[in-house]
Amino acid sequence: MTSSNMWVAGVAMPVLIGMLLLFAVSPSVKANDQPSAANAAVKIDNFVFGPQTITVPVGATVTWTNADDIPHTSVSTEGVFKSKVLDTDEKFSYTFTKAGTYPYYCTIHPKMTGKVVVQ
Amino acid sequence: MADKKHDLIDQKLQDLNNDGVDRRGFLKCMAWAGTGLVWTMSGGIPVSRAFAKGYGKDDRKGADFSFVQISDSHIGFNKPANPDVTATLQTAINKINTMAHAPDFIIHTGDLSQLSKPSEFDTLDQVLKGASAKQILFVPGEHDMLTDNGEQYLQRYGKGTKGTGWSSFDHKGVHFVGLVNVANLKAGGMGSLGNEQLEWLENDLKGRPASTPIVLFAHIPLWTIYPDWGWGTDDSEQALSYVKRFGSVTVLNGHIHQIMQKVEGKVSFHTAMSTAFPQPAPGSAPSAGPMKVPADQLQRVLGITDVNYLVSGRSLAVVDSPLGDSGSSASGNAGGAPAVVDLIHG
Repeated sequence: MTSSNMWVAGVAMPVLIGMLLLFAVSPSVKANDQPSAANAAVKIDNFVFGPQTITVPVGATVTWTNADDIPHTSVSTEGVFKSKVLDTDEKFSYTFTKAGTYPYYCTIHPKMTGKVVVQ
Repeated sequence: MADKKHDLIDQKLQDLNNDGVDRRGFLKCMAWAGTGLVWTMSGGIPVSRAFAKGYGKDDRKGADFSFVQISDSHIGFNKPANPDVTATLQTAINKINTMAHAPDFIIHTGDLSQLSKPSEFDTLDQVLKGASAKQILFVPGEHDMLTDNGEQYLQRYGKGTKGTGWSSFDHKGVHFVGLVNVANLKAGGMGSLGNEQLEWLENDLKGRPASTPIVLFAHIPLWTIYPDWGWGTDDSEQALSYVKRFGSVTVLNGHIHQIMQKVEGKVSFHTAMSTAFPQPAPGSAPSAGPMKVPADQLQRVLGITDVNYLVSGRSLAVVDSPLGDSGSSASGNAGGAPAVVDLIHG
């Protein structure tokens, strides 16, 4: 076996596994039009939480990712959740187990606010 | 009436600039990074100039003393806007050290670090150790209180201060007050001093003769520059009401990484440049994030601040127009001077 063949084999296997996993997951997503409980994402970009209001089902995990060159936080104004300081590309996740509206903000730049609506 | 007011402001600005450095020269010598402002107290009137300009023998003739303000070192920041913020802080310190007349002390108006990491504070200490000025005074920026409610900051830089790091001192007849407006910030708000600190400030100033020159310094501007970006302090009006009776009040801030000045009655407001990276003029970019520009253009970028902003329906009139090559400031991005604006209260 040449080294290039070995490289192909090494890459192909994880890709195959990944494709199998995708097939395994996709039908359940298609069967249910509700947003996937595992997939809610908020991007912090240009000092803005996007989307500013995100609606998710009970049990959903929301993940914040900081895309700015400046650190931010995501902190519930009612003390429900509190991220550590997120430097560039760092993430914070929180799973919402109860229905309700959860306002939050960046404690470093308090003009930055957002809301998670859990239904 | 308005003209008369502007004339007075112009006169005041003339005084501020009556230092042998014309406005164009003043701007030209403001290298974008590694800069600071030298404040010379002369008969209680602070006079500023960029210290990149060399000092002549007579520069301090008649001056009582001088001090230097540096700001926003952001040690630990390593993004494209400036991959080596330690080097530019070092440049700033070197320039202070080579001034013909040493300043009595240095004031750092916050954001010493990027992420409040001990290693970042260590690096800052190493660089500042090389400063010839015997005393450096600090107020924290929001980046210095990220992890532990500012405990580490207080231990290192706030010994003997009150609350989250506020304090006052007298120096050669001038009363200096360092304020903290980056702690316990409320959702949707801007900078905040809080009741405890305001009470302390009121008491601190009480009983001082109105002739005492006052210098207030804090990280976030104590005047509203651009609320959308949080460039202001929610309860600064109350703080400023305590200094109204004084004949000379100077307010020094950082945070916005560019020079802005405003003269309102007897109160002069100034924001300093960063030693780390520039930030955009208010509203000229999608956000206040670090501005990435080629190094040889940075100096020009710093000169471009024009504020055409409405605060509570009152116009923030631009008293001084940009002097740079591009002339008009309508775009908010033409080359030129830092804007000098006058907030007209109704």
